[in-house]
Amino acid sequence: MDEKQYIDLAYIVASILFIFGIKMLGKAETARKGNLLSSVGMLLAMVATLFYKEVIDYKLLIAGVAVGTIIGWIWAVKVKMTGMPELVALFNGFGGLASLLVGWAEFEFHKNTDTVTLFAIYSTILIGGITFTGSFIAYLKLAGKMSGRPTLFPGQKAINAVIFLILLGLGGVYIFQNSAWSLYAIIALSLLLGVMGVLPIGGGDMPVIIAFLNSFSGLAGAAAGFVILNKVLIVAGCLVGTSGIILTIIMCKAMNRTFGNVLFGGFGAAGGGGSKGVEGEMKGVSVEDAYYVLEAAQNVVFIPGYGMAVAQAQHVVKELAVMLEKNGAEVRFAIHPVAGRMPGHMNVLLAEADVPYEQLCEMDAINPMMNQVDVAMVIGANDVVNPAAADDPSSPIYGMPIIKAYEARTVFALKRGKGSGFSGLENALFFRENCRMIYGDAKETISALIAQFKS
Amino acid sequence: MENLEILILLFFVFTLSAFLGFELIQKVPSQLHTPLMSGSNAISGITIVGALLACGVADANFGKWLGFAAVVLAMINVVGGYVVTDRMLGMFKKKGK
Repeated sequence: MDEKQYIDLAYIVASILFIFGIKMLGKAETARKGNLLSSVGMLLAMVATLFYKEVIDYKLLIAGVAVGTIIGWIWAVKVKMTGMPELVALFNGFGGLASLLVGWAEFEFHKNTDTVTLFAIYSTILIGGITFTGSFIAYLKLAGKMSGRPTLFPGQKAINAVIFLILLGLGGVYIFQNSAWSLYAIIALSLLLGVMGVLPIGGGDMPVIIAFLNSFSGLAGAAAGFVILNKVLIVAGCLVGTSGIILTIIMCKAMNRTFGNVLFGGFGAAGGGGSKGVEGEMKGVSVEDAYYVLEAAQNVVFIPGYGMAVAQAQHVVKELAVMLEKNGAEVRFAIHPVAGRMPGHMNVLLAEADVPYEQLCEMDAINPMMNQVDVAMVIGANDVVNPAAADDPSSPIYGMPIIKAYEARTVFALKRGKGSGFSGLENALFFRENCRMIYGDAKETISALIAQFKS
Repeated sequence: MENLEILILLFFVFTLSAFLGFELIQKVPSQLHTPLMSGSNAISGITIVGALLACGVADANFGKWLGFAAVVLAMINVVGGYVVTDRMLGMFKKKGK
């Protein structure tokens, strides 16, 4: 046995750690341990790699590892929980770019390789490039550095299709001639396709696209594994790639949309085209009046949405929840699977505010009980409580499972202004007889309610 | 052709891992969606192995510098991903009491 076999054995152990790590991440009791296990696997894979005979220059290596570790560590420790979606998107993009560079580096090292390796380099660069710029655009949208609305222009789909076809053609040229120009063109166009692909996707569809790009970054790693003929890259990359697809499917189901519709729908740009007009008017209510209703309520459900994250209202929401409980009410939080901008977004925010785990209810668990609820507090959520999804077949969101806030005796909707939600739809809930709007910044509104309780 | 044999073997590994990945995650409670995503995101930084190999070679080829950039980026992905996931899961744990 030479060093290569020992390294492979270490890779097998690392793979096992990754497999258990991912499996344990899927269960609440074991998740943290699972994350730790998979990080040990990563360390093992890295250390084993250093034993390859080809690895000679440690100076540059150590410098790179140190720089990356410091940057990653600082970002991860400093980020506020409200900034989590964009940070995850950014990390994901870096992984994709790293895979692209690994593929490109292989091209620079070995100009003469066989067809299959050329194909692998091509795939790595294509997937890695799309992952990088796609994630970066998602990052910009999530961080509010760019409008969260879909960016659409005439002929967009045609242009994207042409870019894709040219990429396929260039792939053929590259694999056939192994020419540098075709490789550079592939790099440039892959990066362009990532930008163009994510531009038309609106903020509310971000949970799906983030899950998908996460899966893509794994596949880029697996493709890089074929480039350098390395098994641990293939196993780990592929595990991430396919388990990421499962998460993508969960997200799509929660919106009752197909993945193709999310990618190409440009959802939410045009406004509710086919939707029928909503009758009635929105009725406002003062904080004082809302307080009297809340004070008398026995059963209160909070329904948070992206607006709560924007207003950073999770801490005051928790404070209000504690007061309501002291006042004798039963308090719960109803969480829609796609509320917010990434899978599980609301759970992270409420966990940060120390909301007890038992108070968080999933959509299917809370819906049968909504008709016994005295007050439903909708905080910056919109489409996920829109009854049009249940009863208006002409609505673009028809069929999407919602939290049935309208069944509660009274609904208070905290909203910044009278505008419509990300989908551009009027929310039929806000026009219902039992719904009262409280306009203004969610954090200020809730602070005002807390002040009422105190006095 | 020896290389082809290796490739077939790798493809075999790829196929089995794909099925394993699909089976591994069945029903995930929604509060774990974010940690699952960011934790598996950290694993996708496994491309660090390829980056280390490209960066550690002896010759001063342009590819070596590409490898260096890849090491930095992949390391940010790996360390950042694991740390952020651990932070998140730490918050979840706290409220179990």
